Order: sequence, then structure tokens, then C-alpha cells
Amino acid sequence: MTTVIDRLNRPLKKKPSGGTAETPRPVLRERGQHEVFCGLTSIIWLHRKMQDAFFLIVGSRTCAHLMQSAAGVMIFAEPRFATAIIGERDLAGMADVNDELDKIVARLLERRPDIKMLVLVGSCPSEVIKLDLSRAAQRLNAEHHNNCRVMAYSGSGIETTFTQGEDTFLTALIHDLPAAAAASPQSLLVVGTLGDVIEDQFARIFQGFGIEHFSFLPSRLSSSLPAVGSNTSFILAQPYANDAAKALIGRGAKQIAAPFPLGEQGTTSWLSAIAERFNVGTARFAATTDPGRARARQAVAHSRKDLQGRKVFLFPDSQMEPSLARFLANEAGADILEVGTPYLHKNHVSGELACLPETILVSEGQHVDNQIDRARAAKPDLIVCGMGLANPFEVEGFTTKWSIEFVFTPIQGYEQAGDLAELFARPLRRRALLKVEA
Amino acid sequence: MELATWTYEGPPHIGAIRVAASMEGVHLVLHAPQGDTYADLLFTMIERRKTRPPVTYTTFQARDLSGDTAEIFKDACRDVAERFDPQLMLVGASCTAELLQDDPGGLAKTLDLSVPVVPLELPSYQKKENWGASETFYRLVRACSSGWQGDSGPDAERQKTCNILGPTSLGFRNRDDVEEVKRLLADLGVRVNVIAPLGATPADLARLPGAGFNVVLYPEIAAPAARWLKKTFGQESVTVQPIGVGACRDFIAAVCACAGLPDRAKCMQERLSWYSRSIDSNYLTGKRVFVYGDATHAIAAARICEEELGFKLCGLGTYSREFARDIRAVAEHYDVAPLITDNHLDVEDAIIAAQPELVLGTQMERHVAKRLRLPCAVISSPVHVQDFPARYSPQMGAEGANVIFDTWVHPLMMGLEEHLLQMFRGDFEFHDDVSASHLAAVAPQDHSASRPVELASVEPEADEPDVLTWTDSAERELKKIPFFVRGKARRNTENFAAERGLNPITIETLYDAKAHFGR
Repeated sequence: MTTVIDRLNRPLKKKPSGGTAETPRPVLRERGQHEVFCGLTSIIWLHRKMQDAFFLIVGSRTCAHLMQSAAGVMIFAEPRFATAIIGERDLAGMADVNDELDKIVARLLERRPDIKMLVLVGSCPSEVIKLDLSRAAQRLNAEHHNNCRVMAYSGSGIETTFTQGEDTFLTALIHDLPAAAAASPQSLLVVGTLGDVIEDQFARIFQGFGIEHFSFLPSRLSSSLPAVGSNTSFILAQPYANDAAKALIGRGAKQIAAPFPLGEQGTTSWLSAIAERFNVGTARFAATTDPGRARARQAVAHSRKDLQGRKVFLFPDSQMEPSLARFLANEAGADILEVGTPYLHKNHVSGELACLPETILVSEGQHVDNQIDRARAAKPDLIVCGMGLANPFEVEGFTTKWSIEFVFTPIQGYEQAGDLAELFARPLRRRALLKVEA
Repeated sequence: MELATWTYEGPPHIGAIRVAASMEGVHLVLHAPQGDTYADLLFTMIERRKTRPPVTYTTFQARDLSGDTAEIFKDACRDVAERFDPQLMLVGASCTAELLQDDPGGLAKTLDLSVPVVPLELPSYQKKENWGASETFYRLVRACSSGWQGDSGPDAERQKTCNILGPTSLGFRNRDDVEEVKRLLADLGVRVNVIAPLGATPADLARLPGAGFNVVLYPEIAAPAARWLKKTFGQESVTVQPIGVGACRDFIAAVCACAGLPDRAKCMQERLSWYSRSIDSNYLTGKRVFVYGDATHAIAAARICEEELGFKLCGLGTYSREFARDIRAVAEHYDVAPLITDNHLDVEDAIIAAQPELVLGTQMERHVAKRLRLPCAVISSPVHVQDFPARYSPQMGAEGANVIFDTWVHPLMMGLEEHLLQMFRGDFEFHDDVSASHLAAVAPQDHSASRPVELASVEPEADEPDVLTWTDSAERELKKIPFFVRGKARRNTENFAAERGLNPITIETLYDAKAHFGR
């Protein structure tokens, strides 16, 4: 059967460049101050996604302070995350810490009987004192398994950077997924948190493709976790789900390799990879995606005039940077100067990087002062960076786009392509609009 | 182990960063894991600071733990000395680095840097943010001004100069309080020698002993430093904080006494006094107010409530354990139970039990008040971005009193609205379920129903087997009482009924209780 890929004009064509196509792009690796969030921050969106889960950080006052500084403006009647703050007494002996943790968990579950999944989140202090939260989770699971599942993952800064917290969470979750029967039908699993609205859009497209069995991880409820087995095909919706991919392969699932669904081209490539795996015919693929593609192109065009030819410098934050840079370059016409990423998983982002010109510097890790020097020297029109750097750069006359918004805003899929472009265009338009100086 | 969703204070190294970020020419090297740089955005986002705070983090990762984290720290120190060339370097560790025991102070000493280094001990598992700030400030003051060679003998001119101690970066309204206090002191003819730590350099700290006395604006930050200056150089301290009209007058009197000037407290010009006296404010009389915050702001608020706005204090608490004794004394003076806790759930329980009509607290009490549908105003840190306003909005001095009057009265139902709500209960467009015209964000709701059973059970009468019930008609009648006093009415009636063994509660009981309690 002819699959869609055979006929589809592959959208992600490599940009012409002088170098030989197969030489690996050099990557600048730096070690110095990393101006990034730790993995605990992932709780802020994960707890909204999984509506019956409670995230209990085992850490210090610093961890609690981080969480409220990052989530402080959200006013919840009953927030579904908290910190068990390690005190001086706990540092004296290990057995004591486990008892204390059991007491806190018991009190918490008594107070919140609606919680169906309790997630213990490891932090730097808990890891340095080698508190084994996986074992604690097993112990607590045995005790509370009737009404609540208990699991553990690490969100510590020493182990994880920002979105990597979701990766370690998903990895722990994948070990808990039910096994699919050997005779179960072919199914699709989409891995990585997406906004509910985006999930619904993709679900409609999958239905249009005629795919009957598909699910998303994380699921909205802990009771509806998808089964996984050798008939499961999975695709990453987020570039940071590296260990999760490994864990799924470990459980027999087969990966669908694709660029990430940002922009019209990224979404089309992502969907066509799925279509290929599920033998969706060309006509059906076109019928399902053409209206969305047209709408996405039209929507991005509104911001293209603001972004065309603009020089963009991306600081490392979420691992989404290569995909964002590809979108900016290919669909919005921007010139990329540097793509920083906290962690570069070559296999997962090779498709994205292949579309970027050879002149672009790709950097992994960070020495923030050196990188700031490079950014200043490169005089970009737009700097994509974290909130610790954004205002100081604005004062220096640079225009910035603060990067965590890409994690908190629905940007994937056709219907959000215009919003994604708008996120980059808005600060540029604003700078042009204002007749006041910083 | 202690369970916390919200924490009133950050860890002590946040206090150290606040002091470093307040000053010029100081750079802090913090031994900390990757991710602790989140603290930067407190300054760049919440305070909208224009530059990166002067902090360099070592941001070690797991793979560094098997190697030499001490070497990473030393590299960071060398790099800072070269790149930023500060006048003074602070070194310390965050909570995770404290566990590694790399000893930043000792390591920095071995580096033979040309920059003077002040090491900080920040016990993260015992102490908190304000302690960290006060300790850092104290260490800095000691390090910089020990070598004072200047004149410190009696001198009338010197006696009329003072230092302003305590304002910091990320302090609640510190920026404008300083302006207001400077103006106040200038009107009295008192010269300001050094303001610290906000805006000061290490060289400025060295000049501290040159002043006649110290004005301690924020004891949470500056009390230890002021005590040391008193012990070492004999400088007196003014320890009244000029928040509110009465406190301002006391402050002026204290400053005049220290400066050897005649007391000019009567000259203060503010509008709170007249606004509060004007008949429009009559309806404020006896409004029940719950106050919680850092000790300085809570104590000041208690006095303003009771003596200047005619409110009735129904709760007073603080998270500043260092000042628990002061809070207890004030609470006793106003006959309320003091609440010394840093557990937000305890505060929430106390608010529910006190059934206030207005909550004055921190950002966390805004959350609680929103949930309970209570009017609320913010009087103390921790605060969010909206409480670092662009406009001039001090809490101290004359203008501070004006700001406080507006801020605290604003969330209350205005007098006329309050009357109409009572007269036309159930009006189709003006009922409990729609918010008052000036309160778009707060849709009033009967929160008294949230824990009626629990409240009844904590009363001493709980051993009675039969549960107190309300007849339907009494329950309906209760709903005719305005929502902001309904909780109080319900509780009073239930206490009244329980004491007299009346069950179920009827309309008669409700009005008997009303007559008994008087409101």
C-alpha cells in the first residue's frame, strides 16, 4: 500500500548549506552557572493535567519557596501539591525520616480522600541524604493501595532541568502502566503533556485517520492510564520525554520518529509519521489535515511580517528550543543565531536540527555569563530566555520573549500555530508600539 | 518533617540574597544546586528589578557530586572576582550545599582573593529568610565598620544625624517607606548619614558609626546590627516604626529625644485622622478584623485598627517567632488570643474560628480570604507582584497613613450598600450571590456553612449527645442577615442555644441571641 509519506511533499526539507550533509553539526558544550529551573517546576502543569493526583515534594524550605514563587499567583481553594520540609531532626537518622514521611502521608490522605494518586517527588536534599523515595512509595503503596496509588520520581535540580521533571514522572508512570494483551489491537500512545484543547483536536484528527485506539500520557485521571505492549506505537509530543521513550521501548512499544508538532510543517510531519505507521491513505490524510494546514498557514502569516529576517537568540530552558528555532526559521522566516538547550537528545531533535542552516550555533548546557556575552555581541532582535534574564536584557535595549510561556501555553497543532507565532511577534510589536524607554 | 503548601518565609539564603541585592558593590557567591537560580526572578519579576541580582550560583549537578564540588565553588569565586570585581564578596551555601559541607568560608580564604570576603553561616534546616537577612546584614556591618577611626564623642551636630537601618530589596513597600521617613526626618531637621542595606555600599557601612543614632525601620532585618552598633559605638536606636498616626507621633518623639530636639509630634499632617472621624466612617465602628503578618506590620496594624479606625481586633498573629513576645504583649493589651505560627493551615483555622469581617494579612491570607469570601487587604510580606506598585505607596509616615486608610477600607462593603443589602434581601439584582459593585473579584457567599458542625463540636458543650439543629424557618431567617456578619450570628446563636439547652433553634432563639449579644 502506498503510504502518505511516499507522495507527500516532505515539508521539513533541509536548508541548503555549503557543508556536506552528513557531517555532524558541532555542539558547544559549556559548564558554568546554569540559569534554569529544576524539575520540581513541572508539578505546576502536571498537577493541573492529572486531576486526581497530589504531588508531595520531599525537600527543604527552598523547594517549598520555589513552588510558591512559581505558582504563587494561582489561587487555589485546595492546591494539589505540597512540600514535606526536612528539618534538623530528620537529618539525624534515616529511619526517622521514613517514619516521619509515613505520618505525613497518612495525614494527607486522611485530609484529602479524593486523591487517587500520590506522587512523592525527590529533591536535591532528599537525594543528597539518599532518602530512597521509590522504596518509600512501594511501602506506602502496600499500605494505601485500596484507595490510592503511590509512586515516586525525581524533580531535583541536580538530576533534572525544568521539563525533565515531567520526563522522570512519565518514566515512573510507564513502569506502572497495565500490560496490554498480546492479541490487543494496534494502538497509538501520544507521550508528553499537551493542553486539553490540543488533545481534543488531535483526537479528532486521529479519528479522521480511522485510528480507533489512541490515548495520551499523562492521562487526565490516574484511573484511566493506558495499557502498553508490543502492539503499542508511541510518538513523542514533547522533545523532553527522552527517558519515557526508553522506558516505553523497554515495555515493547514501538517508537514513531518525527519532528515535534509545532507550526504547520511540524504538525504535518508529526501527523504524517503517525499516518504512515497506521497506513492511512494519501487521500484520507489530505482530507483530514488540509483544512487545518490552510488555517495554520493563514494564521502564521499574520505574524510573519514581524518575524521575517529577525535575528533570534535562544537561551536553554525546556529542550523545546530546537523545535522552536525550526519553526521560527522555516515558517516565520527568522534568522536563528544560537539555539541553547539544557540537554540535547540527538535522536529526538535531529530532524529539527537538520532543517536549520549550518551557521547556527547549537549549545548544550550553560555558562550563563559567557552566553550573555555572546548574546550581547550578536545583537539579536529577539532573545528567548528565562525570567531571571528577560527584564535585565530589556533594560539593555534588547527585546525578549520569556521562555516558560512555551510550556504553559497551548502551542502545538494546527489551530495553535498562529498563537505560537504571535508569542514571538508580540514583544517585537510592543517595542515598536511604545514611545517610552525602559 | 513538616508539611507545607505555602511558606511565609523562604530559606535563609534568600535573606542573604536580599541584602546583597539591596547593596552596591557586593557580590554573593552561593554554593547551590542547579535550579536555585529561581531566586533571581523574585527580583527581576516580582520587584521588576532592572539588573540581575549580584549573585553567582555554583549550580552543581548530580554528576558533580562524585567529583569535586569544592573546586567548582572555588572556580566560581575566582570568576566573580575577575568578572564583577566587587568591593566585597559574600560567600555562603544553600540548603543542599549545606549537606555537602564544603565550607565556603574556608575555601574562599584559601583562594587569596584581592577582594575582602565575608563568610555566611546560614543554617537552612533551622532558620528562615528574615533571619538570613538580619544575619547577613549584621555580618556585613561588623566586617565593614569595626575599623571605624572617626570621632564618636558628644557633638550636637553629630547627635542630629542618624542612620536608617533595615530597608531591603523585596521588602514590603520599603522603597517608598524610606522616602517618607527621609521626608519626616528632614522636617524635623535630622540629617541622614547612611541608609542601609538598601542602596548602600560597603564603604557606606564603614561610615555607620559616624551618626548620632540609628532608626530601625525593620527590626526583622536590622535589630541585631543595631544592637551591635549600640554595644560597640554607643549609638541609641529608635525602635518605634512610624506606621499609623499614633506610631508616627511616638516615632517623632523618639527621634527628637535621640537628636536632642524639642518634640514636634503635633506637627504631623495626614488625612487618616479626619477621614476616620468623618461620619461616612461611622459604619466602620466595631468591624471585626483579623491581623496576621510579620511582627512589625502586625503590631502596627493592630494599633491602627483599634485606635485609629475604630475596628475590633478579633485575632492577631505573626510568623516572626523572634518577635513572639512583642506580639503576645500587644495581643494581651487588646484582649485577643495571640497566634504565633508559620503554618498557614493554623492561620486559616484561626480565621475561620474568629469569623472576621476583614482580614489584614499577607499574600497567603488573600488566598484564605478569597476562599472564605472575606474582604482582605495586604499589610505585610510575603507579597506578590501587585504589591510592588508603580505609584508612591508607603506604609510609613503621613502619606503611609493615607494609603492605609484607602487600602483597608476599600475591600469593605460601602455603608450605603451595606444598608440596602439588609433592607432589600433577595432583591433580584442585588443579592448575596452577586458581588458588590466595587468588588468584582469577590462574589460573596455564605461561608459560615463551611464548618458549622466542626465549630459546634469544638465548644465545651460537645459532650451533649444531641446535635444542635436549626428549624427551616430559623435557617431562612438567618439568611436574611447580611453575609458578612452571618457567620458570627450563627455561632453566637448556637453558643446561646447550647448554653441554655435550646434545641432545635427557632426564629425566637435567633432573636433572643441577637438581643443577648447586642449585635
